[in-house]
Amino acid sequence: MRKVSFPYMGTSYIPFKKLLTSFGNEVVIPPKPTEETISFGTKFAPEFACYPFKIVLGTFVQVLEAGADTLVSSGGVGPCRAGLYTTLQEKILKDLGYEFEMITLEPPGRHFRDLLYNIKKLINAPLTWRDYINITKFVWKQLVLLDKVERLSHKVRPVEVKKGEATKVYKKCVDMIASAEKYGDLREIERECELLYDNIEKRDYEPIKIGIVGEIYVLLEPSSNLEIEEMLGDLGVYVERSMFLSDYTISNAVMDLFHMAGERDVKKTAAPYFKEMCGGHGRESVGNAILFAKRGFDGVIQLSPFTCIPEIVAKSILPTVCRDHKIGFLTISLDEQTGKEGLRTRIEAFVDLLRAKRRRTKSFAVKPQVAKEMA
Amino acid sequence: MAYYLGVDVGSVSTNLVLIDEEENVQESIYIRTQGNPIKAVQVGMRKLASKNKGDWDVRGVGATGSGRNLAGVIVGADVVKNEITAHAVATLREVPDVQTVLEIGGQDSKIIIIRDGVVTDFAMNTVCAAGTGSFLDQQANRLNIPIEEFGNYALKSKNPVRIAGRCAVFAESDMVHKQQLGHRPEDIIRGLCEALVRNYLNNIAKGKEIRPRIVFQGGVAANAGMKAAFEDALGEEIYIPKHYDVMGALGAALLAKDAQVSKTRFKGFGLSDINFTADSFECNGCPNHCEVVNIKMEGKVIARWGDRCNKWKVVENTVA
Repeated sequence: MRKVSFPYMGTSYIPFKKLLTSFGNEVVIPPKPTEETISFGTKFAPEFACYPFKIVLGTFVQVLEAGADTLVSSGGVGPCRAGLYTTLQEKILKDLGYEFEMITLEPPGRHFRDLLYNIKKLINAPLTWRDYINITKFVWKQLVLLDKVERLSHKVRPVEVKKGEATKVYKKCVDMIASAEKYGDLREIERECELLYDNIEKRDYEPIKIGIVGEIYVLLEPSSNLEIEEMLGDLGVYVERSMFLSDYTISNAVMDLFHMAGERDVKKTAAPYFKEMCGGHGRESVGNAILFAKRGFDGVIQLSPFTCIPEIVAKSILPTVCRDHKIGFLTISLDEQTGKEGLRTRIEAFVDLLRAKRRRTKSFAVKPQVAKEMA
Repeated sequence: MAYYLGVDVGSVSTNLVLIDEEENVQESIYIRTQGNPIKAVQVGMRKLASKNKGDWDVRGVGATGSGRNLAGVIVGADVVKNEITAHAVATLREVPDVQTVLEIGGQDSKIIIIRDGVVTDFAMNTVCAAGTGSFLDQQANRLNIPIEEFGNYALKSKNPVRIAGRCAVFAESDMVHKQQLGHRPEDIIRGLCEALVRNYLNNIAKGKEIRPRIVFQGGVAANAGMKAAFEDALGEEIYIPKHYDVMGALGAALLAKDAQVSKTRFKGFGLSDINFTADSFECNGCPNHCEVVNIKMEGKVIARWGDRCNKWKVVENTVA
């Protein structure tokens, strides 16, 4: 039996594990990236590679040590070098003496046959059409539900009365979703999760709203962004991320297959500032920042791995975009630091700035009314 | 009379400022942190107390700087604020019409953009040490020139040498090579100041609209060479406030005054005699392996941080 593993990214390991097990593979669950992971990554990666590359490489070392013989990762077609990362990682790991097969899943639009061929390697159980439908239904629901409970945590955290409750509930929800066996379980769990969030005592207060844009890995894996969403939530900020895995899968796998422009909206929105694609998620970062501004957000934070070219391009455009749309902008460059103080200083000051800005616009808006009352 | 204390624990220096009700600076103390923030705060408090036998009626305390949480616990702060906000508050009181703050400290540099008395944008260097006080300090040391005179040397130069400023490593190797060719120290130092200003403007100040009045503060503002290089590059007059080296602490004191707390948490000037210690351990409760730090007062844990799940939280941490 194949012993399959894959990169760790947020809670995605839960549906991936289910999918691969249903296909008749043994799964080595990748550990959450820790300092050990990063030490392996920085030791074996080229010095100038980006942080996501190093984390994923470190994770691969850990899962190979744990007995995995097949690694599954995603490819890519853009000029972002991450599209070639699996090839490089395979070379590095084989040089280190590990024996395994690397399976790179390319986007279906341009590499459909290649993708099917690779997926076939991962199907090692006799399955009927009905089985396929049931597996897909379950895994998709699991993925959507995981994104949903995370979104709820972002909503509730800034308004919770007792600090830490939303985080606790979120962890509990993830555990429940991970332990589900049948589709019916998931529906029950969904209701239970909603109830848990409803039961948290909340303050009546309009939080500052910040949208987060940037490179996919540092957006989706909290240990790579120093848990910025939790930090912002604790400061009483409502955070919304521009990317969730379920949406991403729809636009980049399903829509791509039918050559439909999945994130057309975002790209169209970005067009006045950013016409050409520059790889990675540079253009999406710009488009999403505009969408956040249009929805009345107070500010945008861009997360980018140090030396990430697409995000460097976006970084030079975003200040103009945010000035034009009158919202605050902060860019954060991430690498292997684990000290949070520098980040906390910046986001605290950023939130102070947004609060002052809101107070000002509010006091302007209120003025005529006050004047009326005085008269 | 009521007094307010501001403590700024930075990577290189620890500053204390005491202001009165009229916001006049009564005392200001600047000491080197030297890697031991707890001791630095205690030494600072002892120095402050010796000036007036600690006979001030302190009604509020503010802490800022990268060591603000630690300082907050040790001194007993009522307000714990990030240094960007603290700097902006202090500059606005000293120079109400300021629109741009250039701040270069020991190990970081920032730019704060202010419009109509409100911070509208800021940046802080993220990945680079070139252009901060520590680097200048190190170069002064290498050339055997006291840091206090380093800036004046630069002013003597008539023919500045071009030094690479993008990275401290490039800058230093460039300086060494030019010195070995026989260039005069003052020309090299002036070249270094220009390189650092170029790097500052091209890196953190990138995309920011620098409008007068421009205020230059932080420890490096003492360096006349840096001031002149900024004036050259920007073509504007640069203003250096009186308390340029303790602006963070001043801001913290002002924030403490503004907070109007009814009863301060200040531990008193006697805290320099209390035995504070810190130790850490790695939690093995989950794969995060958090490095948890204990802050102990006379052997008793008074604060703990570093854990992501709050399981080790013992007391109300003053983390703002």
